[in-house]
Amino acid sequence: MTSYRTPLGRVRGLGAAKHGVGHFIAQRVSAIALVLLVLWAVGSGLRLATYDYRDTVDWLRSGPNTVLTILLLGVGFFHMSLGLRTVIEDYIHKAPTKAVLLILNLFACWLGGAIGVIAVLKVAFGGGAF
Amino acid sequence: MSEAKTGAGLAERPTSPHLQVWRWHVTMWGSILHRVSGIALYGGALILAGWVAALASGPGVFMTYKALLGSIPGKLALFVLTLAIFYHLANGLRHLAWDFGKGFEPRTADMTGAAVIAFAIAASLAVWGLAFVSGALA
Repeated sequence: MTSYRTPLGRVRGLGAAKHGVGHFIAQRVSAIALVLLVLWAVGSGLRLATYDYRDTVDWLRSGPNTVLTILLLGVGFFHMSLGLRTVIEDYIHKAPTKAVLLILNLFACWLGGAIGVIAVLKVAFGGGAF
Repeated sequence: MSEAKTGAGLAERPTSPHLQVWRWHVTMWGSILHRVSGIALYGGALILAGWVAALASGPGVFMTYKALLGSIPGKLALFVLTLAIFYHLANGLRHLAWDFGKGFEPRTADMTGAAVIAFAIAASLAVWGLAFVSGALA
């Protein structure tokens, strides 16, 4: 039963993919950013509830609000994609269903994020349409 | 032992006990609520993206969207989302403490778990009370 394979050759590809820690850290770091962004968003939401269309456009056009809204959408959808990925991986064990749901999750997050960020930019840089 | 290698043998193995065998406990609520609130906030983020998209579409679409959010079902959804935001935020901080190895003692975990639920309810009521006083609910 002598094997001519080296110990390294035998174990290569058998261990963890070493990608899990990237997911773990990304989830935590985006969470820390979202603590601040979400508190800002709740405060802003309270004010925005009393605004009409024109006030809301003016609010979103001010520099800090443009930047923070884009960050909220970007970091939020990123954190969401990581979170729901974990939920899918925990509960769905049938390979094809799991793959479909993981892809749908990514598509939904990228689509939602893209629509949100581009809408903010359109309002922020839009010409006389408003 | 040889049957364990076949698919059928694997399927017959007992699975580990899950939700139905444990006594309900505050830390269990905490864990489940973190997932549930996270999934609720998925919907919340889509509502937020819809809100900016409506704003970019002009006054007609925006005021319709805003009226939808201001309706009774809209307000109810936003209140549940407020609870989800504060719960997920506070429990997320609890998770960050656990990442540093702090707060695992059963008494501490029970206390922080209950505190996080209480905080989510109190903060949501405070925000909606503030909204009521400032006329945002009118």
